[in-house]
Amino acid sequence: MGIVATSFRDELLAAGLLVPLGADGLYGRAAAFEDVVDALARLIVSLGAADGAARIRFPPIEPRSVFDRTDYLRSFPDLTGAVVTFRGDDAGHARLLAAADTGDDWTELLEPADAMLCPAVCHPLYPTLTGTLPAGGATYDLQGWCFRHEPSVDPARMQAFRQHEIVYVGDAAGARAHRDRWVERGTELLADLGLDVEAVVANDPFFGRVGRMLATNQRDQELKIELVVTVASADQPTAVVSSNCHEDHFGAAFGINTAEGDVAHSACVGFGLERVTLALLRRHGLDVERWPSTVRDRLWP
Amino acid sequence: MTDDVIRAVLAEHGRLAVDVAALDPDADLYQVGLTSHASVNVMLALEDSFDFEFPEQMLRKRTFESIAAIRAVVDGLTRAEVD
Repeated sequence: MGIVATSFRDELLAAGLLVPLGADGLYGRAAAFEDVVDALARLIVSLGAADGAARIRFPPIEPRSVFDRTDYLRSFPDLTGAVVTFRGDDAGHARLLAAADTGDDWTELLEPADAMLCPAVCHPLYPTLTGTLPAGGATYDLQGWCFRHEPSVDPARMQAFRQHEIVYVGDAAGARAHRDRWVERGTELLADLGLDVEAVVANDPFFGRVGRMLATNQRDQELKIELVVTVASADQPTAVVSSNCHEDHFGAAFGINTAEGDVAHSACVGFGLERVTLALLRRHGLDVERWPSTVRDRLWP
Repeated sequence: MTDDVIRAVLAEHGRLAVDVAALDPDADLYQVGLTSHASVNVMLALEDSFDFEFPEQMLRKRTFESIAAIRAVVDGLTRAEVD
């Protein structure tokens, strides 16, 4: 995997599609890459509109109070990114600069800014829904940047990337139906774009002992379905879309109730915009102009 | 005694939709509202209460599916520690 992933990354860099920023998993994106991302986002927006999804965009930073309530720290402490800042005076500033000048770790002199990098674009949505939902629940179209601290040479495993999510919040049956509907829609969309997709039961990379139990439960209940395709390695296909049932995890944490008075369930489908783009580049070649006309027509009708 | 501790842990951490005291030992806890996250809290609280660690192969849904199932695992683990 490592060698194959590295060679695909090298090809992407040589073609100028990704621009290295000097750390694994952080890249600039060239125009040809962004054109595909934009086209995918337009397609997902139009699919979401069929569900009446309300389009909202949040910044890639969430208040720490929101992050705390998501319980993300329990499941993924190793992926988190916290914002820290300088809160000192002139003397503190002098110490900060002295540390920087001598090559010491000046970040130790920073303090929490009470903000976290969003690890999932749907986090900021839930506190806006505290209270009672309309009858039948509600559906949202969200897109934005996520951060997960997992530096890798695999170009599909970026530290900063964009998710495009269609989120349903409502009753348990509605959440399950949303998840299943979007497994189908996602599969259709990717197949239209010429990708060989497989839907597989999956689990999140939950941390530690507790995580192993969460992962087993998630698989047993088939809460997470991933659409996987070949990106870096044919032996280890990459998940490019994930469709998930959260049960009442966010409903309970954020005090969201259905019109019937039950704790709300939620479900989301998340398209990894960079990952789908990378899968297309892998499948159809690095010159987007020369992709099959069926694929180009679907992306740019 | 063991049952009482298990019921106390479930009452505090299980977020069940029913009265734990009146629950049949064989009742399916997932049917009465035990979620994945709650079952993890139950697991951790049981480890604290009985002062043991569940072996990895037992960190699964079925271990916590009923009071009787939890009891069987707890009995096995506490006996193993005495041996």
